[in-house]
Amino acid sequence: MAEFRKSTVAAPVVLIALAAVPWLAQALGQDYYVTFLARVLILALAAIGLNLVLGFGGMVSMGHALYVGVGVYAVGILASNGVTSGWVHVATALLVAAALAVPLGLVCLRTSGMAFIMITLAFGQMAYYGAVSLRDYGGDDGMAIPRRSDFGLFSLEDNAVLYWLIFLALLLTLYTMQRLVRSPFGMVLRGIRINPRRMAALGYPTLRYQLVAYVLSALVCALAGVLLANLARYMSPSYLQWQVSGELVMIIVLGGMGAVIGPLYGALALLVLEELLVSLPLPLPWGLDVIVAQHPMVVVGLFVVAVAIGMKGGLHSLLTRGALDPRPACAGTVTSKPATEPSEEPAC
Amino acid sequence: MTLELFLTQLLNGVQLGMLLFLMSAGLTLVFGIMGFLNLAHGSFYMLGAYLGVTAWQATDSFVTALAAGVGASLLIGVVIERLVLLRLYERDHLYQVLATLGLILFFNDVVRIVWGPSSLFMTAPQWLGGAVDLLGLSYPAYRLAIVTVGAAVAVATWWLMHHTRVGMLIRAGATDAAMVSALGVNIRRLNTLVFGLGAALAGLAGIMASPILSVQSGMGEPVLILTLVVIVTGGIGSVRGAFFGALIVGMVDTIGRAFLPVLLPHVLPDATAKSAGPTVASIFIYLFMAVVLAIRPRGLFPVKHG
Repeated sequence: MAEFRKSTVAAPVVLIALAAVPWLAQALGQDYYVTFLARVLILALAAIGLNLVLGFGGMVSMGHALYVGVGVYAVGILASNGVTSGWVHVATALLVAAALAVPLGLVCLRTSGMAFIMITLAFGQMAYYGAVSLRDYGGDDGMAIPRRSDFGLFSLEDNAVLYWLIFLALLLTLYTMQRLVRSPFGMVLRGIRINPRRMAALGYPTLRYQLVAYVLSALVCALAGVLLANLARYMSPSYLQWQVSGELVMIIVLGGMGAVIGPLYGALALLVLEELLVSLPLPLPWGLDVIVAQHPMVVVGLFVVAVAIGMKGGLHSLLTRGALDPRPACAGTVTSKPATEPSEEPAC
Repeated sequence: MTLELFLTQLLNGVQLGMLLFLMSAGLTLVFGIMGFLNLAHGSFYMLGAYLGVTAWQATDSFVTALAAGVGASLLIGVVIERLVLLRLYERDHLYQVLATLGLILFFNDVVRIVWGPSSLFMTAPQWLGGAVDLLGLSYPAYRLAIVTVGAAVAVATWWLMHHTRVGMLIRAGATDAAMVSALGVNIRRLNTLVFGLGAALAGLAGIMASPILSVQSGMGEPVLILTLVVIVTGGIGSVRGAFFGALIVGMVDTIGRAFLPVLLPHVLPDATAKSAGPTVASIFIYLFMAVVLAIRPRGLFPVKHG
C-alpha cells in the first residue's frame, strides 16, 4: 500500500504548490511565471474535461478545440460589442457549447473507434474555418480582446487574481469529476467503454450516457476557453486548430487517462519541460545547448515517445506503480482493431 | 465558367488525388494489417521532400532527387519501425497516437535544426517543364507526370497485392495476423516490409509534390489530415478504398474550392455568399467526410474479410 499512498500524497502537494505560485512568483519578482502556469492550468482544465469522454468513456475526440474556441470567441465577440459582464460571458459560452455539443454529439456517436476520431476532427476543422471566416473579428489573424471579463466582485486585471480564479475552476472541476466518475453515472460510462453491447443488453440507454458525457466535457472545455480568452486577451482561429485537440489528447495520455488528475500532471510535464529547456542553460557539449534552447521540441518529442513506450498508465502510473493498472490494454477504444492481441492479455 | 476550365480543375483534382493515394496506400495498410495508427506518416512525406530537394540541389538531377527521397524515407521508416513502433503494436491505440505525435514534434524540429526555418524550393526538371496538349486542352506536363506516377503505383500495388506471394501474405495478415504467424510466416518481417513500403510511398509523394508546393517544416500535417480523410472515407485497410477515396477526396476538394465560390451567389444573397464562399470551400471536404461517416461509418469501400 506504500505505492498507493504516494499517489494520494502527490495530488495535494502539487495542488498546494500550484496555489502558492503567485506568491512565489512575487517573491522572486517573476510575474511571467504566473501567466505561464495559468496557461498550463487552463490546458489541464480542458484536458480534464476531455478525459471524461476519452479516458473514462473510451471515445477519442480529436475535435475538442472546437469547444475551447467557443469559449474564446464568446468572450471576444461579446467584449468587442461592449458586453463586459463575466457572468454573461460564461453563460453564453456554456449555452452555445451545449447547443453545439448535443447535435454534433448525436452525429459523432453514430460512429466509434477510428471513425469517431475522424468525424470529431472533421467538425473541429469546420469550426476552425468558420472562425477564419469571421472577418469582423479579425478573420485569419484574430483580434485583441479590449478588456477582461468583469465579474463585479473582483477585478481580473491583476494576473494573480485571474490565476486564482483559474485555479479555483480547476479545483472545482477536479472535485466534480472525481465524484462523477465514481457515481452510478460514471460507473455506467466506464462500463460502456469496456463492453458497450453488454451495457446495452443490461438495459442502459448507452447513447444517452455517452451523449451526456460528451456534452459535459464540451462544457468544461468551453469554460477553459473563457479563461484562456481572459488570460491571452486575444481571440484567434489558432485556438481551434486540430493541433490544439491533438495537444489535449497528448496531455491526457501522457499524464495518465486512468486518473481524474492525470491530465494535470501531463500538462505540467509537457509545458514545464519545454519551458525549462528554453530558459535553463544546460551544460551540453558541441553547441548542443544552443540547439536545445532554440528547438526544445526535439527533446520534448523524444520524452513523449519514451513515456508512450515505457509507461503503461502515463506519468500518473509512476505514483501507483505496483498497484493494479487502472486501464488494461484491452480496453476497446478502437473496435476495428484486428484480432492480433497476444493471449497473455486478459480477455474483456 | 467554361468547359476547358472545368476539365483543368478536374485534372487538378485527379492530380491531388494521386498524391493522396501515394500517402494513403501505406497508411491504410499499416492500419489494416498491424492495427497501428501512425500519425507520423506525414513526417516521412516531409523528410522525403527535404532529403530529395537536398539531393537535387547537390546534383541538379531530378531522378537522383527521386531516388534519394524515396530511399531515405524507406530507410528512416524501417529504422523508426524497428526502434520505436515495434514496441507499441500490442498497446492501446492512444499510446500509438501519443508516440507518433511525439515523433511529429521531434522531426519537425530536427528539420528546422538541419535546414533552417525558411522553406526550400525546387523546380520541375526541364523535360517536364512545359505544357502538354491533351486533345486541345493545355495542361502542365509536371502535374500530368504526378498523375502518371500515381497511376503506375496504383497498378504496381494492385499487382503486388493480388499476384505475388508477399501480397497474399499481406492480405492474409490483414484478415488474421495470428493465424498467418502460426503458419510459420515471419509476421514481424512482413510488418517491417509493409511499414517501409508505406514510408517510401510517402517519401515519393513528398518529393513529387516539392516542385508544386514549398518544402517546409510542418508540411506533413495538412497532407496527413487529408490522408486520414481519404482512408476513413474510403474504408480503413483497403488499398482499393484508398485509391477511390483519394480520387474522390482530391476531386471534391479541388472542385469545391474552384467552383463553390462561383456557384454560391446563385443560391445565396450576394453579401452572404461573398463572405461564406471561401469558408464553405475549405470545409466542403470535411462536410463530405462527416456525411459519409454518419451514413456509412465503415467508409465507402470497406474491406471484405473472409
